[in-house]
Amino acid sequence: MQRSLNIDPGKCTGCRQCEMACSYENEGVFNPSKSRIKVFTFDAEARFVPYTCTQCSEAWCMQACPVDAIKVNLATGAKEVHADLCVGCKVCTIACPFGTINYNASSGKVMKCDLCEGDPACAKACPTQAITFVDSNWTGLDKMRAWAAKTDTGARAN
Amino acid sequence: MGWARKILRVNLTAGTVKVEPLNMEWAQKYLGSRGLGTKYLVEEIDPKVDPLSPDNKLIFATGPLTGTMASTGGRYTVITKGALTGAIACSNSGGFFGAELKFAGWDMIIFEGKAPSPVFLFVEDGNARLLPADHLWGKSVWDTEHAIKAELQDPLVRVSTIGVAGEKGVKYACIVNDLHRAAGRSGVGTVMGSKNLKAVAVRGTEGVKVRDFLGFLKASETAKGVLAGNAVTGQGLPTYGTQVLMNVINETGAMPTRNHRDIQFEGAHKISAEAMAEKRPTDGKPNLVANQACFGCTIACGRVSMIDKTHYTVVNRPQYWGASGGLEYEAAWALGSNTGVDDLEALTFANFICNEQGFDPISFGATVSAAMELYETGALTKEQTGGIELRFGSAEALTQIAELTGKGEGFGAEIGLGSKRLCEKYGHPEFHMGVKGQEFPAYDSRGIQGMGLTYATSNRGACHLRSYTVASEVLGIPEKTDPLATDGKAGLVKAFQDATAAFDSAGICIFTSFAWTLQDVAPQVDAAIEGGWSVDRMVETGERIWNLERQFNLAAGFTAADDTLPKRLLSEPATSGPAKGRVNDLAKMLPEYYDIRGWTTDGVPTNETLARLAL
Repeated sequence: MQRSLNIDPGKCTGCRQCEMACSYENEGVFNPSKSRIKVFTFDAEARFVPYTCTQCSEAWCMQACPVDAIKVNLATGAKEVHADLCVGCKVCTIACPFGTINYNASSGKVMKCDLCEGDPACAKACPTQAITFVDSNWTGLDKMRAWAAKTDTGARAN
Repeated sequence: MGWARKILRVNLTAGTVKVEPLNMEWAQKYLGSRGLGTKYLVEEIDPKVDPLSPDNKLIFATGPLTGTMASTGGRYTVITKGALTGAIACSNSGGFFGAELKFAGWDMIIFEGKAPSPVFLFVEDGNARLLPADHLWGKSVWDTEHAIKAELQDPLVRVSTIGVAGEKGVKYACIVNDLHRAAGRSGVGTVMGSKNLKAVAVRGTEGVKVRDFLGFLKASETAKGVLAGNAVTGQGLPTYGTQVLMNVINETGAMPTRNHRDIQFEGAHKISAEAMAEKRPTDGKPNLVANQACFGCTIACGRVSMIDKTHYTVVNRPQYWGASGGLEYEAAWALGSNTGVDDLEALTFANFICNEQGFDPISFGATVSAAMELYETGALTKEQTGGIELRFGSAEALTQIAELTGKGEGFGAEIGLGSKRLCEKYGHPEFHMGVKGQEFPAYDSRGIQGMGLTYATSNRGACHLRSYTVASEVLGIPEKTDPLATDGKAGLVKAFQDATAAFDSAGICIFTSFAWTLQDVAPQVDAAIEGGWSVDRMVETGERIWNLERQFNLAAGFTAADDTLPKRLLSEPATSGPAKGRVNDLAKMLPEYYDIRGWTTDGVPTNETLARLAL
């Protein structure tokens, strides 16, 4: 089964454990500035919103890359940057409508979420289950369940 | 590893910045943050220095766990000689600034001297420079943070700043980071203002390494599980915040009310955690909007609130309509019960003003309550207060005086003196409710005896965060003791003081200690840094730090005579509740405490004690 990161900002407290876990997984150091997932705090509304790549099926970044450095991992569905091929031209960062692929000046390559080969560190580190890793076909399940409960009248047929 | 091994020395007089290696011998003895910063301060300043003179120094220090994946590992401490107290000051803050400073590669920043005109420091990884802040002087905490981010064209910088209160010399001004997290007590922001230093802006992209990553991840994950499984840190604090205590402490009969004249507040239920979560009749929304975590924190106790837009304090004032740091227990008590005000929205507004202009709601609320007592006894007149009727229970008086204090205007400038100086000025020093010039926090020591000893001996003046024996005496952590008994409290206070110094110096939040003991902390510290950090070594380090702070205060001129409580607590019996009829029996606990500490009967560490602790 293919899985996707499912993010529920309503559960996020803004603690950044996800950013720490991501940076350690990918860079071997605690360094949120190198995290592929980022938590945004909207102070006036007191909302904390983690955001990262959604792994588009026909990914703009992948299609824009002139050297085919971004490839699909068939096992996970993740669009992965192959650092040995990436030339750091940043065309993908322009092509991505969501801003979730970014240039890393330290490495001279781009970086994006690769779902940690099917075991995302951010989801494991999240203390409130604001980030979970669920069936790609049913990312709407929780919302559907909530709405199902709301639309239920409680009536029983005799 | 764990430590960045690098400190930044900023001479504000000369306008220079200099990189120095961290003194690793001291790091091994004092761990980091509170302990290590104190060691640097003690070595570098004359203890008798005027806190507001350029010869005082101001140190921002991170700990070895700051910027790691340890839960709550994002704290920094500001160490200086306190403007409010003249004693050692070490005020700890969460938010995100501390971790950012560590990510930029620094254990510590030492500010010395005084800038000829306002400046702010910008640290971008290994580069640091002083920039003019004339255009920021006079701006609030909130406006300063926004202005600096815009000026640097970097929304990711973290800003720690003073508001107008710190500029105007309010004696209990804070240093506020991330809009509403504060190094709150003892007037560390006042010292910053006296140096013409408006703010510190940091952007860090170098990251933090630890000695043994795999061992560290294992230890920190286990410890996170302990927090999650604990009733206080896993449920109580995230759901109710520290406000979970309001009703508990009120029922214990230890909630100071109307400048400690009473010990229980009839309006407690109106300003409690439960009240914050209730939907308001006016707009159908609760005061509490969210719980927010500081960096790396898996507890997330922080309260974020929004004020009712129809409340008198904010009508037609949209700058206060957004969310900001809401009432923690200490603020709700100081601004509420202690002034007799039970209007939740008014308290929230006063708290927002504390956030906005950077001053400590505990000392502020306590000073207002002392002023209210002066006013009601006739020692202070309406002419002197500028027309404000400073009566207990008046929300209008509270919110009006909060705005004036934040800007150092009118009678607010006098409230900014703190209660000791204010009460002395108006001829009633006995109305000052505090120790070593610092106002009490939210526990009346007639109802919780151990807290009397805690306050009397706290190195930074009256404070609940040096040895929170409430945990044992009320909550039963780690084991229940009788709050009305004095037996055994000397040992309890010492144990809490030493452990707390170790927690603080590691770079984590003391709230973890509701669930963690040093048995949970030591493995994390040990995996982060070199040196073999056992529980015993942590305890010994904590005791060393405590004695170092004590020595500084003794050299600054404090004596055993300052280890005391106001007459009211020692001789006026509690009026109600389980402690009715009781005073604080400090005299029964203090000699035993000195003895257990290895101090003389005059409260001076003996040579044997100093030698044992390698001081």
